[in-house]
Amino acid sequence: MSGIRRKAWIVSIAAAVSLMAGVAVQADEPFRTLDEIKESGSINIGVFSDKSPFGYVDENGEYQGYDVYFANRLGEDLGVEINFVSTEAANRIEYLQTGKVDIILANFTVTEERAEEVTFALPYMNVALGVVSPEDAVVESLEDFPEDQQIIVISGTTAETYLEKNYPDIKLQKYDAYAEAKTALENGNAAAWANDNTEVIAFAVENEGFEVGIPSLGSQDTIAPAVAKGNDTLVDFINDEIVALAEESFFHKDYEETLIDTYGEEYENTLVIEGGLTDVPEDALETETEA
Amino acid sequence: MQSLGIDVLFKGINFQRLLGGLWVALRISLISVAISIVLGIIMGLLMVNGNKAVKAVCRVWLEIVRIMPQMVLLFVVYFGTTRVFGWNIPAEESAIIVFSFWGTAEMGDLVRGALISIPKIQYESAMALGMPTGTMYRYVILPQTIRRMIPLSINLITRMIKTTSLVMMIGIVEVLKVAQQIIEANRRTSPNAAFGVFGAVFLMYFCICWPISRLAAALEKRWSDEDPDSRRHGRKKDRKSSKKKTAGTLQTKAVS
Repeated sequence: MSGIRRKAWIVSIAAAVSLMAGVAVQADEPFRTLDEIKESGSINIGVFSDKSPFGYVDENGEYQGYDVYFANRLGEDLGVEINFVSTEAANRIEYLQTGKVDIILANFTVTEERAEEVTFALPYMNVALGVVSPEDAVVESLEDFPEDQQIIVISGTTAETYLEKNYPDIKLQKYDAYAEAKTALENGNAAAWANDNTEVIAFAVENEGFEVGIPSLGSQDTIAPAVAKGNDTLVDFINDEIVALAEESFFHKDYEETLIDTYGEEYENTLVIEGGLTDVPEDALETETEA
Repeated sequence: MQSLGIDVLFKGINFQRLLGGLWVALRISLISVAISIVLGIIMGLLMVNGNKAVKAVCRVWLEIVRIMPQMVLLFVVYFGTTRVFGWNIPAEESAIIVFSFWGTAEMGDLVRGALISIPKIQYESAMALGMPTGTMYRYVILPQTIRRMIPLSINLITRMIKTTSLVMMIGIVEVLKVAQQIIEANRRTSPNAAFGVFGAVFLMYFCICWPISRLAAALEKRWSDEDPDSRRHGRKKDRKSSKKKTAGTLQTKAVS
């Protein structure tokens, strides 16, 4: 096959793919309303299956964790069976937009970009960035961070974007997987590791000789359930649940059942959001959920 | 030395879960391999004998498979068809469709390559003996084609089995995903579980793929023993001897 013909094919394939993408934008979102879910007798909830202690599978094959604990309660109050779907960070939005799951409860951080694609309910957990470093050389501030040193980040995380934007002079050491990043930090490949503070706190708790020098960096974000864009009946139900559950301090109980072993008591009030009430104003989110 | 995570494997029903995951991976790959072999042979024949339009379609198909990562294909079939056509293809069926789509194209190309590597004289001899096209393929061309294809198709089949680890991206919990779940659920109590668990997964893949490649080696050996000339001499002689040999085969087949 000649080079020119090969090129022509590549171009036509690319055209076909982009055509599909174009059509996709116009297609209706096929989500299920609250009544349809109740009628069917089961709800599909997307959770992580390998992010302990938020969503994981225990040795008996049962889904467990902070997110799952809430999912179970939602299923119970809806009176339907829960069908847990194992999701990955990269396909959470896709699952909602194609209606393959009804709710995503997979440690989903609320961001403006994501709020354009899906509808977030009220938040149930706080998250910010954190920086963990060895005890003997704790990094407590990123201002005047030494030029000859590096910070570990995981590609595609909010930590990577935040540091690149706000501290362009700091050299980053990027890894794809959590395991690699953790090993690199343990081996002393870099001065510190920046990630969601839940992750770095857990790391410091689990590994002797490390300390979270910066527990909260950048903007305070929240974790919230998400449903397909425009699925108002379902998001209203979830919001009512979250507000009502505050009376029984549901998310504190959730924390004590699932997270306390990892984070200890001291982070309970930092991490838990009860009744969807945060101290941080959330303009984008408010309009989302009110709509 | 700390525990290497072997104990984690036998906690609760972890080992059954791993085996269950292995069965999911195997079910998807074996069904896809079976479909790919049948459709791939048909596609290969079309790529050699079809008219220009058919050949062009086959080439475009093959190029798509080569250019697109399997993960993109999985997303297109599982999520894309729902978005565009509103079809709701279950995850496992989507995976089988993608793997068959991939396997058929590559298998077709292997068949095509093997077919055109059969010397023209083989076709001509068969025709000279008055064989109809179907008989010629059935008794002369395909047996030689399959023999040449075995090593490459085994490579493709084991590759397909190993690539099933991608189906976790469309929510199917197969053996590697189960392994990740087990490691992550036990990270606090046994930080080294990754070694034991991934070690077990390695052995599982090995136990599946090794017999397949042994089988291929055995088949190759058996066929080359039947045909000792081609072993001893170089390529040029190979042609002559295989001609002679096929003529012999033809006679016996024609009699039977």
